[in-house]
Amino acid sequence: MISATFFGYCGAILVGLGLFGLVTNPEILRKILAFNIIGSGVFLLFGVIARRGAAAGLDADPVPQALVITGIVVAFSATAIAVDLLVRLNKETGQTAMSSDDPSTPANKGSPGGA
Amino acid sequence: MTYDFAFDIGLAGLLLAIALWTIAARAIFPAIVLFMIYGLLVAIVWVRLSAVDVALTETAIGGGVTSMLLLGAAARLQRTNVATEQIGFPARIATGVLCVFVSAALSFAIYLRPDVVQTLAPMAKENLSESGLGNPVAGVLFVYRALDTLLEKVVLLLALVGVWSLAKDQAWGSVPGFRVYAQPSGILVFLAQILPPVGIMVGIYMFWAGANYPGGAFQGGTVLAAMWLLVMMARLQDVPPTSALWVRLFLVVGPVAFLAIGLSGFIFAGSFLEYPEGYAKPLIIIVEATLTLSIGVTLALLVAGPPERMPQQ
Repeated sequence: MISATFFGYCGAILVGLGLFGLVTNPEILRKILAFNIIGSGVFLLFGVIARRGAAAGLDADPVPQALVITGIVVAFSATAIAVDLLVRLNKETGQTAMSSDDPSTPANKGSPGGA
Repeated sequence: MTYDFAFDIGLAGLLLAIALWTIAARAIFPAIVLFMIYGLLVAIVWVRLSAVDVALTETAIGGGVTSMLLLGAAARLQRTNVATEQIGFPARIATGVLCVFVSAALSFAIYLRPDVVQTLAPMAKENLSESGLGNPVAGVLFVYRALDTLLEKVVLLLALVGVWSLAKDQAWGSVPGFRVYAQPSGILVFLAQILPPVGIMVGIYMFWAGANYPGGAFQGGTVLAAMWLLVMMARLQDVPPTSALWVRLFLVVGPVAFLAIGLSGFIFAGSFLEYPEGYAKPLIIIVEATLTLSIGVTLALLVAGPPERMPQQ
């Protein structure tokens, strides 16, 4: 049971790491990757809850496990859409990275919005 | 016990190091390859948390198909020589502090164990025998929370519709690009010839065993998808046009069968997605079998991307 909590801390650190990558890396594909790391961290937190719910001869509560399986599938679907949106954006504008929020400093070539 | 502890420490250290490296890597290709390793390590953590069903899903999706999707995208992106604007050093520090706070808060939440642990395990176990299933996770997925599972498959289909919608108008219904991988070498062709018979059997076994042991339609379907993708990557067979009738039929057969059996629950069992007594197991097997096929085709086409070219002569 100690190890369950231990992996919970791991999940918490992974969420932080992923969040850092999501915010600091301007490349969109890297952001999608970082987002997936956040996701797996959150799922691990769920795993800890499942493990703590061990009862009735089961090693872990099956309900959070089923939720996580559904979550992994939905996360994959979202990733697939995000990736193909990026590829299309790249085809239209040549962009692979997010530009700064400040409109006075356009970071990338190509005209945003003028496809 | 001490060996277990040492193993867990090593595993966690490796996992965090790989995650950090994935985030910090300079180039995109190494980052994706590291992410693949990361997915496999996370799967081992799931085994340590006694969640083998989740571990199989994570291996198949996190380590496998997601990485393949990202690699395909990385290869398709046209890089311009414009230097990407990096975020400033002070902002980086501020973000770091914020992220440490988030991690600390989550860790604290995990540290604070509830006095009474909420669990649905006894209830799940108690009524499992009525469904004829032996795997409690499959029980949750196909009996107690069947609606979630049905909608999850619909989400997969919607994602595919979304991806296809990104095609140019004139390319609608044509063949997905999927020509981003290197020219097939002798090794790739050899693997694509020798692996599928084994892989297809493993996929079907995973679906079949899923009723009583870890496994199930999703994990089995992913293995089938991987085998099909391997054959298409080695160019032993071309990607089918997205307008082909058989493709569309395979895509919907699982969700349609699930929905039909769910609706028939109104007539035979009194409510939506309820199985008539004594028929639960065979009906679940039918649903799982058709879903395995649909999931395999859907996943492979999601990886193949939007349609963009005419079929080869």
